[in-house]
Amino acid sequence: MTADVGSIAAAFWDGAFGSWYAFTSATLVRATPLIIIGLGFALALRGGALNIGAEGQFYAGAIAATWVGLHAALLPSPVAIGAMWIAAAIAGAVWMLIPVILRLRYGVLEVISTLLLNFVAEALVSYMVQGPLQEPAHIYPQSASIASSGRLPLLPGTRLHLGFALAIAIALLLWWLFNRTRWGFELLAVGEGPRAARISGRIQVGRMIAVSLLASGAIAGIAGATEVGGVSYALYQNLSPGYGFTAIAVALLARLKPGWIIASGILFGALEAGAAGMQRDAGVPAVIVYVIEAAIIIGLVLVDARQRSLVTGRRSQVA
Amino acid sequence: MTTPALELAGVHKQFGAVAALHDVTFRLAPGTLHALLGENGAGKSTLMHIAYGMVQPDSGTILVNGSPQRIRSPRDARAAGIGMVHQHATAVPSFTVAENVALAAGWKARPGESAKRVAALSERLQLPLDPAALADRLSVSLKQRLEIVKALAADASILLLDEPTAVLAPAEAEALLQRIREFTRQGGSAVLITHRLHEALAHTDSITVLRRGRVTLEGVPAELTQRDLAAAMVGPDAATLLEQGHDRVPAPVDAPVAIRGVALELRAESGGRLAVRDVSLEVRAGEIVGVAAVEGNGQRELLRALAGVWPVLRGRVETLHPLSFIPEDRTTEGLIPSLSLTQNMVLGLGGTAPWTDGRRIRWSRARERTAQLVQEFGISAPGVTRPVAALSGGNQQKLVLARALERKPAAIIAEDPTRGLDVAAARAIHDRLRAAADAGAGILVYSSDLDEILDVSDRIVVMVKGRLKDAALRSQVAGREIIGRMMLGAE
Repeated sequence: MTADVGSIAAAFWDGAFGSWYAFTSATLVRATPLIIIGLGFALALRGGALNIGAEGQFYAGAIAATWVGLHAALLPSPVAIGAMWIAAAIAGAVWMLIPVILRLRYGVLEVISTLLLNFVAEALVSYMVQGPLQEPAHIYPQSASIASSGRLPLLPGTRLHLGFALAIAIALLLWWLFNRTRWGFELLAVGEGPRAARISGRIQVGRMIAVSLLASGAIAGIAGATEVGGVSYALYQNLSPGYGFTAIAVALLARLKPGWIIASGILFGALEAGAAGMQRDAGVPAVIVYVIEAAIIIGLVLVDARQRSLVTGRRSQVA
Repeated sequence: MTTPALELAGVHKQFGAVAALHDVTFRLAPGTLHALLGENGAGKSTLMHIAYGMVQPDSGTILVNGSPQRIRSPRDARAAGIGMVHQHATAVPSFTVAENVALAAGWKARPGESAKRVAALSERLQLPLDPAALADRLSVSLKQRLEIVKALAADASILLLDEPTAVLAPAEAEALLQRIREFTRQGGSAVLITHRLHEALAHTDSITVLRRGRVTLEGVPAELTQRDLAAAMVGPDAATLLEQGHDRVPAPVDAPVAIRGVALELRAESGGRLAVRDVSLEVRAGEIVGVAAVEGNGQRELLRALAGVWPVLRGRVETLHPLSFIPEDRTTEGLIPSLSLTQNMVLGLGGTAPWTDGRRIRWSRARERTAQLVQEFGISAPGVTRPVAALSGGNQQKLVLARALERKPAAIIAEDPTRGLDVAAARAIHDRLRAAADAGAGILVYSSDLDEILDVSDRIVVMVKGRLKDAALRSQVAGREIIGRMMLGAE
């Protein structure tokens, strides 16, 4: 198979930015869960904790939101949507409760426990869509569609849903927390120097880590709710094409800064939207986008390492 | 004149814009112990690192027994018969004594054989060590001993010692210096870097002083006084300043108690045993109490429990507030190196600082105040928004102190507040502590340097094996001997 580079690039561009519709309905819709989960990841990592279980918390949130959405037919829309978000946040936090307890009581690193719980969450979704939440006809492994009152309003003429606005709102909240509040600063201190935070800052390090991890799980859960309420309207397996992991790259590329997470989330959303367009129109496999994403991350890590050595390496020789 | 065992001739070394060494010539006569003195940053360690191949000079030559040598790595140095004992222990903690020595000396021996060789070697050197003991489990003085055996294992005839006595009690330091004398009596040659002027005067054959990368004094101890050495180290003006006495009015006996511990029982930081048993202590407002102790006798746990950062198993702690704690390790406990000066100031001052209402932080106000303190305390820093990692150790410590005093503390607990600082910087910190005491703070201070305790305290207590003994009031000369013996458990 041959294809000229120009037409591949054009297909890529059209898929991501080619039109207002493509930008909002493909790029921003894909960016929404990446931004939300990336913000949650950044919150935990600011305190030094690595939440790589966002995928699991996303699913926990999606299950809870679906359940509420299925029972929300009689509720006014704002109430139904709010209830879905709150239920999803609680579910995400509860899913994080196990790693938090394991970490604080037994010293089990959250890197391991959150990762492993991803598999449990996927199995739980699989059980739900073939059991308690399966659609009434019991044919397809998915839930019924949620009530229309639970569906997020769309930007007219596009498929962009209210979840994107929520992502921006969470980013603003975290920006304020990180830059203006003592709590946000103390979380940074815990992440950068836990011993000094405890001894010189008199900070309750364990509690800070627990709170930031639970909040991180809650935020990832909310992403599950916006995906169900704004895109799929139902629960099914593989609802997330790896958002929980791509969002880590999104947050790292933005150096955990909330404003930049919006930008890098949109960039990654565009990459994936463009890849889909490229596959559709030019026949190039969409997996190529993972190569690009990986290259971005590696480049970033190298730049970061270089900068660190400039700051600290200069002094290492002076006696 | 005999050929020097080691000669560094016309050595020049530039670090960035700073000349660390400027045309320095240093001769170590065979069979002698040669003291190398100077403040931090004077170039002592750099000079020794050049001799040991860890740093390459910009110009200059190295001669060993009169013949020029190219020493480009520690391996070259060891091949030329040079061994080095570093300031910080370099043993692999999970290795045994024998394994550490074999590793350092490059022996390709079977484990049993190297254990025998280590046993024989340490006996010959009169530095007994158990070859099978894990390096991690050794006491501080035994770790020091291991470092020396490591350095000598590769048949070194020249030994470079970078502050080997800094962590030892006076009697232990004395014993170590005796062993080094023994080594030189048998024909070896050694360079001793030290901050302790009396050590240099009492135990060495010749003395070289460096100041800002230049040799400012060379001589023999018999013809020198501490005053001469201090003047050469810090310059004549500063030396006069250092000698000015400091008269402190003793705290009135009816002054309120600032720090009180009653019948304290504390767990050790390293494992479950008890570190402190039934210790009671009172520090009155306006008083400086010094704790003298050999490392690992419970003083660390005691200070930390009084400061509220170590749990109390039994007993009671009462302190006035605000209380400032100055932890021993400034880069992991006092400061967060990756954060800025301002951020570190905000970290330590918590919720009561003027730039916060308890919840929000006004960073512009925090930056302004930090900049003022940087000025006031003479902290040399590229800016208050730059990471603390960019500061020298002395400036980092000044920042810790500035922050501690910024709370206007009624009680101060300080662990080794001048560790690793040069004479002038240490003096500045002592002056600040005295001023705080004059202003009414009760201060409890521990130092690994007994001279510092003697110098700064109004009253001294000695801690041995988790118990506290009152020592006499400060009396510089007689007190030193008595306290030194008490620290080792003698009555």
